[in-house]
Amino acid sequence: MDLLNSIILLTNFIVVPAITYGSQLALGAIGVTLIYGVLRFANFAYGDLMAFATMIVILFTWYLQSLGISLGVLPTALIALPIGIIATILISIFFDKAVFKYYREKKSDPVILIVVSLGVMFILNAIVRIIIGPGDVTFMDGSRFILKANEFKNLTGLNEGLAIKSTQLITFITTIITCSLLFYFLNKTKTGKSMRAYSNNEDLALLSGIDPGKIILLTWILVSILATIAGTLYGLDKSFKPLAYWNNLLPIFAATIVGGIGNPLGAFYGGFVIAFTEIGLTYAYKKFFIYLLPEQLEPNSLVQYISTDYKFAISFAILIVVLIYRPNGIFKGKVI
Amino acid sequence: MKNNLDIKIAFIIMGLLIVLVGFFQSWGVALSILNLCLISSVMSMGVNMQWGYSGLINFGVMGFLAIGGLAVIVISVPPVYAAWDAGGTGIIMSGLLLAALVYAVFYVHSKVTSKYKNYIIFALVISIVPIMKAVSGPSIHAIESIDAATSGYLGGFNMPIIFSWFVGALLAAFVAFVTGKVCLGLRSDYLAIATLLISGIVITIVKHEEWLTRGVKNVIGLKRPAPYEVDLQNSDWFVGMIESIYSSRLSKITDIDQQIATLKELVISSSGVFVKLCFSLIFAAVLITLLIFSEKALRSPWGRMMRAIRDNEDAAKAMGKNVVKRHLHIFMIGSAIIGFAGAMLVTYDGLFTPASFQPLRYTFLIWVMVLLGGTGNNYGAILGGFVVWFIWIESAPLALFLINTLLGQVDSANEVKKHLIDSIPYFRYLMMGLGLLLVMRYRPKGLLPEKIIRN
Repeated sequence: MDLLNSIILLTNFIVVPAITYGSQLALGAIGVTLIYGVLRFANFAYGDLMAFATMIVILFTWYLQSLGISLGVLPTALIALPIGIIATILISIFFDKAVFKYYREKKSDPVILIVVSLGVMFILNAIVRIIIGPGDVTFMDGSRFILKANEFKNLTGLNEGLAIKSTQLITFITTIITCSLLFYFLNKTKTGKSMRAYSNNEDLALLSGIDPGKIILLTWILVSILATIAGTLYGLDKSFKPLAYWNNLLPIFAATIVGGIGNPLGAFYGGFVIAFTEIGLTYAYKKFFIYLLPEQLEPNSLVQYISTDYKFAISFAILIVVLIYRPNGIFKGKVI
Repeated sequence: MKNNLDIKIAFIIMGLLIVLVGFFQSWGVALSILNLCLISSVMSMGVNMQWGYSGLINFGVMGFLAIGGLAVIVISVPPVYAAWDAGGTGIIMSGLLLAALVYAVFYVHSKVTSKYKNYIIFALVISIVPIMKAVSGPSIHAIESIDAATSGYLGGFNMPIIFSWFVGALLAAFVAFVTGKVCLGLRSDYLAIATLLISGIVITIVKHEEWLTRGVKNVIGLKRPAPYEVDLQNSDWFVGMIESIYSSRLSKITDIDQQIATLKELVISSSGVFVKLCFSLIFAAVLITLLIFSEKALRSPWGRMMRAIRDNEDAAKAMGKNVVKRHLHIFMIGSAIIGFAGAMLVTYDGLFTPASFQPLRYTFLIWVMVLLGGTGNNYGAILGGFVVWFIWIESAPLALFLINTLLGQVDSANEVKKHLIDSIPYFRYLMMGLGLLLVMRYRPKGLLPEKIIRN
């Protein structure tokens, strides 16, 4: 019984939150990695692109809600996703044509592109904060819980409850579907293969007749879809706050590099690596040990590696360790 | 300074703008803009040394600024003796332990040749956190529980605040040394991300180690290198000075009571201006000293070497220059200047608020200053600091003006107009982004491009 209780405890406080958080990071990280792989720069505007996408989704959700349309138990925001995706694709392509294209054609140094992406970041950030304001926005509707802690306790007769929020399940399922489709596209279809070829070796891809304009357009479309889904899922799970997306960009970068920059599958795993370490190291295991250990060995302290204040710092520390020992990431990334 | 007409014109225009603010808004506003312009210029000179002189991308500006601010706290605040009694020894012990562990890591890194070397280092680093927690935990708890509402931290050494600026520079240089040892070998975009993340770690530490900085409870009422307004208002010489400045205006008032009341009002308003003026003089002195030294450095063989490394690293290496070492040095020097500026900023604000350190404001805005002003040119960096800070402050009134002119006919109860007026503070981000993109596109070398120096 104690063993079961302890397992449920860990599932409730580590596994479920980490899977949710990891899915959000993974989606974001795949977007960053695609930009890096094809367009060859680290896009600092990505966090604010996610915020922009989520903002459009929220605005449209509000509109739908005012019309009285809803999905029942599911959040209304899911209907608004396509609109968000279209708007994000449009703004991405606009910024690509207006800003990034010039530097790409000039073959500027990647550092210049980073600096330029800062400019885009400032603009997107301002647009989002001007339109929707800097405060917290909650746009989650539908049912909040799939499984409540008390129900679970009554159902199983255990001491520990297991709570699963509907957003957590939605996040996980959406991530799995999106990533499966994406990997199918990249690995099995002709266009996906040409995209990987272009990412791998630009000159060779050009020689074999791959149209770079098409590949770049496609990349922005994929990236916008990912950004919208990732941003909306994050907003549904926590709440929408423009600056939170910027703060989330840093763990996303960490996940990208840990998984090997330019490698989508690596980014997917990287997200989960970061999420599990962050949550695993900041969780206080006291109760867990109380269940497992005999009474005389029970710990007095919290048995927590580091306090939750340092949650973000952990992902940064992982990143720095990876950069020093395996600069190409745990899964081999692009070497430029 | 031959043929530097563009520099002179640019700075004269900038000076005129600030004077205009003085006439149209108030001299207090103009001087606070000037002061922050001066501080910003020092920051952007630091970044310019790293990016402009030697092409190192440092997105950790915010972290180094916070370290400078931390130095102000540690050096200038009076000590809290009760807290020292309660947990001082524990903190000192754990500090020594931390130093020992760091030394051990470096020792293993350089001396041990076993193939498990990396694992040993990893184990050491991992073990630092629990050991530190075990040793310092009780003392930290004791310190934070002493008078938590007003102090709850160790305090500092009660030394002059100007001295803390130099300590801030040293501390920042030290952190830059460690960061540089770890990160400078990385590719440029990795370096950008790594420094950004390290500055994130620094801010987290400053925010959450309350025994050191009071964290989000902030430290207020710091010392000043300039006189206090209240002291000025009670000192005879200052009242006398104001009286003589405004004598013509005062003599027009016949009623004696009213004359005294007017004088008092004038003294109060001009004491604030006087204090800001003192700050301006100090900051200007710092900036000019820095400018003279870095101009001399740029024209010296050292500056030539740095430019050679920046422009062609391989050639410089082939000429026998130690590129890694030079990069580390310039990274440390630049960070020291940023730390110095951070200490100046905290001193000027009179308070230390760790929660206010946001990368947009304290890292990327400084970068906009450098890129807009002119990479590799000290005058450009200073001009960038002035222009960007001026726009940053004055864009709110400008946006309000624009909204009112464009939507003049619209009723002020209109939702859209109200919403726009509420979001005026964010227009500055829009201006910054547009400015950065325009400069990068049409004047990639900045407003004042680098001049080729022929020695």
